[in-house]
Amino acid sequence: MSTVFIAFQTNETSRMIVEAITDDNPEAVVNEQPAMVKVDAPGTLTVHRATVEDKLGRSFDLQELHVHLITLSGHIDESDDEFTLSWNAN
Amino acid sequence: MQIDLRTVTIPVQRHSFTHIADRLGPDKTPTRYQEATLDVQANANFHYRPTWDPDHEIFDPTRSKLVMKDWYTFKDPRQYYYATYTIARARMQETAEADFEFVEKRGLAESFAPAAKQKALDVLVPLRHVAWGANMNNSSVCAYGYGTAFTAPCIFQAMDNLGIAQYLSRVGLLLGDAEALDEGKAAWTSAPVWQELRRYVEDTLVVQDPVELWVAQNLVLDGLLYPLVYEKFDAALTAEAGPTVSMLLRFQVDWFAETSKWVDATVKTAAAESPENAALLAEWIGHYRDRAVAALAPVAELALGADGAAAMADVQSRFAARVAKCGVAL
Amino acid sequence: MTMTSEPTPAAKKKLGLKERYALMTRGLDWETTYQPMEKVFPYATYEGIKIHDWDAWQDPFRLTMDAYWKYQAEKEQKLYAIMDAFAQNNGHLGLTDARYLNSLKLFLTGVSPLEYMAHRGFAHVGRAMPGVGARVACQMQSLDELRHAQTQIHSMSNYNKLYDGFHSWRHMHDRVWYLSVPKSFFDDAITAGPFEFMIAIGFSFEYVLTNLLFVPFISGAAYNGDMGAMAFGFSAQSDESRHMTLGLEAIKFMLEQDPDNLPIVQRWIDKWFWRGYRVLTLVAMMLDYMLPKKVMSWKEAWEIYAEENGGALFADLARYGIRPPLGWQQACDDKEHLSHQAWSTFYQYQGAAPFHTWVPSPEDMAWEAEKYPNTFDQYYRPRFEYWAEQEAAGTRFNNATLPQLCQVCQIPMLFTEPGDPTRICYRESEYDGETYHTCSDGCQAIFDHEPEKYVQAWLPVHQIYQGHCFGPDADPTSPDFNPLLEVIKWYRMDVGTDNAPYEGSRDQENFQAWKAMQTKN
Repeated sequence: MSTVFIAFQTNETSRMIVEAITDDNPEAVVNEQPAMVKVDAPGTLTVHRATVEDKLGRSFDLQELHVHLITLSGHIDESDDEFTLSWNAN
Repeated sequence: MQIDLRTVTIPVQRHSFTHIADRLGPDKTPTRYQEATLDVQANANFHYRPTWDPDHEIFDPTRSKLVMKDWYTFKDPRQYYYATYTIARARMQETAEADFEFVEKRGLAESFAPAAKQKALDVLVPLRHVAWGANMNNSSVCAYGYGTAFTAPCIFQAMDNLGIAQYLSRVGLLLGDAEALDEGKAAWTSAPVWQELRRYVEDTLVVQDPVELWVAQNLVLDGLLYPLVYEKFDAALTAEAGPTVSMLLRFQVDWFAETSKWVDATVKTAAAESPENAALLAEWIGHYRDRAVAALAPVAELALGADGAAAMADVQSRFAARVAKCGVAL
Repeated sequence: MTMTSEPTPAAKKKLGLKERYALMTRGLDWETTYQPMEKVFPYATYEGIKIHDWDAWQDPFRLTMDAYWKYQAEKEQKLYAIMDAFAQNNGHLGLTDARYLNSLKLFLTGVSPLEYMAHRGFAHVGRAMPGVGARVACQMQSLDELRHAQTQIHSMSNYNKLYDGFHSWRHMHDRVWYLSVPKSFFDDAITAGPFEFMIAIGFSFEYVLTNLLFVPFISGAAYNGDMGAMAFGFSAQSDESRHMTLGLEAIKFMLEQDPDNLPIVQRWIDKWFWRGYRVLTLVAMMLDYMLPKKVMSWKEAWEIYAEENGGALFADLARYGIRPPLGWQQACDDKEHLSHQAWSTFYQYQGAAPFHTWVPSPEDMAWEAEKYPNTFDQYYRPRFEYWAEQEAAGTRFNNATLPQLCQVCQIPMLFTEPGDPTRICYRESEYDGETYHTCSDGCQAIFDHEPEKYVQAWLPVHQIYQGHCFGPDADPTSPDFNPLLEVIKWYRMDVGTDNAPYEGSRDQENFQAWKAMQTKN
């Protein structure tokens, strides 16, 4: 299965986002690189707003991901509550 | 207690890039606006002609009839580069957001007098399409104009136009609903009151000369439309039914005041370059002013009823004074 | 998705992201009647791409301008705070080594002007596309690209005040031999039609290749202590995810609209993959030779970001009938050779490049051998060791003969035949009674498809031989006329500093002296 990935600049908010991702996506693999953290997952990966909010202890708009993002791969589906990357989706 | 902060002091080898030193002299440290703007556009040895416009180079000053010895004579008095631009707009949007929220939370739209509400929808919602035309035109000027000093502010302006179209959409959604946007669009495409204005906008969409297009859009149409709608109509609506809608238009009011500084500075610079330029500008401005005045007259009447003509006359005379101040004799 | 327009009584339903965006953006457009649509969008059909329903365009990211301003301003405030702090605290002295600066010189002179071209190109396409969703996304990218150009200029401005080789990037980009490689790449894209531009830049470059440019380079900057470049790089890259997604949407949209689009799109993918891949030659050499502390090899970067990620992408696109680009296999095979051949070339032409080169140290060569067990010791080590001996003997090898350039990618003929790393690859085509030379099957195919375009190329070496690259005070009749020196002056390179070998360069001396000031009394 093809891998999707998402990478963030290392900072406090990203750390919480990555924790949220690994909680919600058990197959996700975290890969630390200089000043960036990359998360790979087979086929699909979803960021849930609610989980990120729990981690951060504040409200979080998924469009805030843009502030910390470095790169990603896969098709994107974005709603108010979820941000999903996937291959072979329609 | 004294804190002694010591750092290594290193003598600089040079103060700026050579293309900037050529303009400012080697000992001057340029501003970030200057670094981000001066000569940033490629200007020599283009490899291929555009397949979509083989008569011109990729960047080509001869796309316009306006002649400048140096296109970097233009200067944005706001000194906008990307960071200063977005930070300024972020502040404005924060205010706008607070205003919208205030109106929403307190249900002020619901309590706004129905007749005034309908009037606001009738006048404001079709204007999202005018702003959309402006967006296309400024994108066009940015693409086909010459020199970063002239073209970079045009992408800012284009995105502002889009932002304004979106704010007007929100006004429609707040005072009405999604149907209000459909009705506004129907009026824009077929109600007689909007047709001369729509014709003006569509005619500008096919103008090829980027400076002519810039004049028709940013100086003439917006120069007449914004005072008419965001001063005259805004004031009349407030007098009739209170300031709720006025609050939702603040972005446009502040934006017009701010961007007019750039528009005026640009016209002034172009006109001061040569008598030929001044004459060309006068010809363009006169032509588009007559058309815009004719296109806006029915809108003025829709917005202000019997007072529309007087409002239009006032807007026009202030426009004439503004143009004269920029060094163009109509 | 259709928009719902149910009557909403007193309490309004809060609109979801997709609905809200559709209402605020998509409905802005209308069919013009006072001017025909063909005149309003004159560039929409000449490439042969057939679009039947622009409403089928899916907006990948749904940023309204208010959200855009808010988040982008936040990014900019952070970025400029770091930039200022970096300058105030002499952050450059935290670099691993002054050799690192040369990758920045290459970046500023080679890449930053491309960001600007992308800005203008997307303004053009953001006006030319008849669909509103596509137009808005392109315009936003145009604005982002201006950001990238300007933040890069500001970041490098600090370095320019202290180090050589940065000062004339604008002038050089339009003239210097190897800079015509990235320049012609973007000139090629922007002079193509709007749909080809989207495949060229939006898809092939942004989606397939940009990770190879930015991620290893910026990780490398961080690894070498350059917080300034790291800040602008990652901050720019955060916009890139939007751009990549636009590119992917553009290709899917074209393929879904009409089956006749498939062969056109496939040919563009073939062309622009190869064109972009050739530009990345510079990145390969940056990763393997120019970073003092190496973050990953070109080969590793290629495997992660091209083979794995690009492989997933093309597997996904197979359902539309798209196959991987024609040059894909060769590019994968060449990962073992690319950086070594490129660095060897720049080493030879040190005198004509405004950044410093050097022979890799024994430790560096051990790293190369470890990363490239199949090729380095066999093909490239002997060359570098020979050059090291020459240097030690005071007879550094400088190539004084101008190289032949490929008519398409404009890189000197330095690449070898597929499967034979000992033989330089040459290809020839005839057009209008003249012979044109290309460096590979990929470039030859591009030339042969559109020779009328590529014969226009402003090839720096041809231009030099035609006498177009001398300053006004150069006098070819004078007995001591040195044509190469005159060309270097015309490039605005400071002879003896910008174009000197790293060992003994002013950058090296200054960096060491300033570091000493920082740590000693």
